[in-house]
Amino acid sequence: MRRVLAGLFVAGLLLVPAAAADPPSPGVTHVEVPPGTAAVDWGTQLFGANCVTCHGPHGKGIFSPVRGAGDQTGLGPSLSGVGARAADFYLRTGYMPLDDPHNQPHRSRVLFSDRELAALVAYVASLQPGPPVPMPHPERGKLAEGQEQFTEHCAGCHQIVAAGGYVTNAVAPPLDKATPVEIAEAVRIGPYLMPRFSDEHVSDAQLDSIIRYVTYAKHPDDRGGWALGHLGPVPEGLVTWFIGIALLVATCTVVGRRLHS
Amino acid sequence: MIRRTVRFLDERTGAAPFVRKALRYVFPDHWSFLLGEVALYSFAILVATGIYLTLFFKPSLTPVHYHGDYLPLRGRELSEAYQSTVDISLRVKAGLLIRQTHHWAADVFVAAIVIHLLRIFFTGAFRKPRDLTYYLGLLMLIFALLEGYLGYSLVDDLLSGMGLAIGYSVAMSLPFVGANVAQLLWNGPFPGGHDFESRMYMAHVLLLPILIAMLLALHLTLVASRHHTQFVEERTTEKKVVGIPTFPGYAPRTLGLGFAVAAVLFLMGGLIQINPIWQWGPYHVSQATNGAQPDWYLGWLIGALRLVPSFDVTIGHYTLVPNPFWGGAGFPMLVFLVLFLWPWLERRVTGDQAFHNLLDRPRDAPWRTAIGVAFFTWIFIVFLAGAADRIFVMFGLSYEGQVWAFRVLVWVLPVAALVLTKRICDELLRGEVVEARRKLVEAEPVA
Amino acid sequence: MRWLIALVVLVLGRLRRRPRLDSEERIVPPGTRDRHAENVVLGLFGCATLCGGAVPAIYAFDSIPNQTQFLGLALGLAFAFVSAACIVISKRLVVTEEIEGEYGLSHPDEQEDVKRIVDESGDRLTRKRLLVLAGAGAGTALGAALITPVASLGPVLDVSSLYRTPWRRGVRLVDEGGRAFLADDIEEDTFYTAYPEHADREQMGAPLVVVRLKPEQLQLPDGRRHWAPDGILAYSKICTHAGCAIALYRKPTFTPVEPKPALVCPCHYSTFDVANGGDVLFGPAGRPLPQLPLTIDSSGELRAAGNFSGPVGPSWWGVRRHGPRS
Repeated sequence: MRRVLAGLFVAGLLLVPAAAADPPSPGVTHVEVPPGTAAVDWGTQLFGANCVTCHGPHGKGIFSPVRGAGDQTGLGPSLSGVGARAADFYLRTGYMPLDDPHNQPHRSRVLFSDRELAALVAYVASLQPGPPVPMPHPERGKLAEGQEQFTEHCAGCHQIVAAGGYVTNAVAPPLDKATPVEIAEAVRIGPYLMPRFSDEHVSDAQLDSIIRYVTYAKHPDDRGGWALGHLGPVPEGLVTWFIGIALLVATCTVVGRRLHS
Repeated sequence: MIRRTVRFLDERTGAAPFVRKALRYVFPDHWSFLLGEVALYSFAILVATGIYLTLFFKPSLTPVHYHGDYLPLRGRELSEAYQSTVDISLRVKAGLLIRQTHHWAADVFVAAIVIHLLRIFFTGAFRKPRDLTYYLGLLMLIFALLEGYLGYSLVDDLLSGMGLAIGYSVAMSLPFVGANVAQLLWNGPFPGGHDFESRMYMAHVLLLPILIAMLLALHLTLVASRHHTQFVEERTTEKKVVGIPTFPGYAPRTLGLGFAVAAVLFLMGGLIQINPIWQWGPYHVSQATNGAQPDWYLGWLIGALRLVPSFDVTIGHYTLVPNPFWGGAGFPMLVFLVLFLWPWLERRVTGDQAFHNLLDRPRDAPWRTAIGVAFFTWIFIVFLAGAADRIFVMFGLSYEGQVWAFRVLVWVLPVAALVLTKRICDELLRGEVVEARRKLVEAEPVA
Repeated sequence: MRWLIALVVLVLGRLRRRPRLDSEERIVPPGTRDRHAENVVLGLFGCATLCGGAVPAIYAFDSIPNQTQFLGLALGLAFAFVSAACIVISKRLVVTEEIEGEYGLSHPDEQEDVKRIVDESGDRLTRKRLLVLAGAGAGTALGAALITPVASLGPVLDVSSLYRTPWRRGVRLVDEGGRAFLADDIEEDTFYTAYPEHADREQMGAPLVVVRLKPEQLQLPDGRRHWAPDGILAYSKICTHAGCAIALYRKPTFTPVEPKPALVCPCHYSTFDVANGGDVLFGPAGRPLPQLPLTIDSSGELRAAGNFSGPVGPSWWGVRRHGPRS
């Protein structure tokens, strides 16, 4: 009986990490080019080696699944006209390359070098005219406006201090690692399931304020002490039981006595 | 000195015989009997810190403009309630310490009541003649839950405002009378404006504390008049209570515990941030944030609300049972119904109508323990489901998958817990019989 | 100086211990001395005094940062030291006795007496039952009378205001700043919050979420085909489950792998399909999201073309009996 229990317990412990583990990432293919090669040309080759399987030749997109090289399913949106802005965002965050087109892109280690990134961005920008990489000025933003705007447009998914959240069938990631340029890009692009906010909807000045607020939210005013991840009542409940009650029950065992055997 | 004081008081109150008796009153001395006192001292801290907060808090929704130091709110229009709480936290010296201690004390107060309830249940302390004491305790738990909810909802921040909308919806979902009850409480449709804020304030600051204090006084009087229960030990019997006297034995112990409660709560209040409402922003009906949760002791309700599948029970055009009823009202009513009925149920099923001053160890009542473990497992699984979205964000376990998994586990795990617990209790009891026989056998001479 | 000496003598004299009378019968049994424990207690009280004294000092000096933490630490430790001192006293400096007492029983004799007192007191009454009933009746009526003013707390008998919304034909949609929404301003792939012009915004019937789909994506039910001019849709922003604001909009970038556009509530994740009139896709909501018919006026501004498709906000017993009223 006890052995069965022990076995179940161990099995249970193993299930959790197994369920949460990511599949191993396949890596990228680096392409050697002779020095002096134009960035767009280098980008073309890199694109061919890493992106064409899903995004199709000339980034035209693949709209029904195709068995590609290396047992990968080829399926991906068109990149015509997305411009340097989108390429820069998806590549610098490590959202792309994506191992399985059915997965949600998420922030991961960038395996390309800075120059390779620049080459790929130049290539994508050359496909069709598109928006450039934005240049935000968060220092000109106002924190109060940023808090208001963020609450209105963003907090529903990303949580009020950008600690991340759940949307049906997806995760809205925490923004603690987002740089000002990435925030500006994401707001204007609306990657994956996120809505996009053009400069007619959210002006550049408002965007500066939002970026200023998100930057602030990485280290908000936590003068109350240990901030517990800014997640609110869930970690507070854990502290109540595992620190408060634990200490007080321990005190009871010191003050009172145990049963006489 | 002491003689003179005692004489002074006795001459004027005649209390010396009572005090004489009280000083040598017998307290059975086991650490698990102190859990109720943890709740009691938490309540004392709540009242003390609460009184301080009432001196600064403004229970009004009148809009004002914030001109304080906290930049993300500078120039914004806030209610006086929210602004005064931001000021208590960020401008009043020691204000944040008192406010955080008050909130931690509320969380710990309910947790202590729960763990005290578990001790009472699993040792059978609720049996005659203490069932009345038990009912008073359950009532206090209900009032404590309501009191905590109202307390953090007074602040009119985004998080608690969302919680109030949910509370309103649960009230609306009561069959037949829901809309009427909700309109009565809120003086019309949600959000109810200034009226509702002042009602919450009165309930939280005056009505509920008085109710809880009265019930507490009754509860303690009953505990004292019937004496505390005790475990079966060397000299204890159903007629004889063995323990330490109030003075000098028990007094320093309980004082020590009281000061320890104060110590833990003030340390938490100073070192661990709780409910940083200045970060949440003010409440508006048209706004919401992801990851909104109630305080832990209402987590069982949000879990239930999320797990119940999507349906309203209708008869023609009449909506008999709107969806939030099951999770928000039906579930807690069922839980408390079971808890209230349990002493009577146990008496009926076992036929045991006798007084019980001696406690069971959990293993001594295998069915009660097993059913109790199953029941509380059921509640706990629902409670866990309330955090499924944070579990998803932190560990990547699909939310939709979790909802389905929880819907199954919530029925399967309690059954498994019941079977397992019953086995464990039976095995432990059998083991004691074997142990006793072994001792007898070993004591026999070999030749 | 003489007074000082006199004072000292007086105090010291008081401190002289009274001789132990072993022959006297003691109530509290004797116990051994423990000077070491006494020293520990003295030390603990000393520490408590220091910590307690630190609190006003920390309070007074603004230059000390993290005031809340230091105040809490000092105050908490002060209590902790006092607590420790009490515990040491309880374990080492007071005698640990086990005494016995008796559990209370019930008292059948006195119970009988009480019953008899009540019975015998009713000697002069000839119709006890009737009197008791009449008294109970009067008491109930009195109780009801005292409770009656509670009904003034709210419109308990008239819940018709639950159907009312500030929207009706012609009301303009405005944004947070009060500016009218132009149909051309509404872009796809994003969402807007709109309010009725000149109305109180802090009511559930007020806020809207406005989105635009391509007209060919629409699958609105019969009777609502003209509710979405140019593909612009308006829904109540208040979830029909438990009243939270629907602040999440999910839009697919790449439709072959991503789910369809939907509005999601952050409280219990009720998910509503924007293309087909607000049906529930996921989550516990029991009613679809009420849709507001829109029209574009001659200046290109968005206006309501009527009231919602159903009452706004959480359900109650009458939510399906009437439509919303303006």
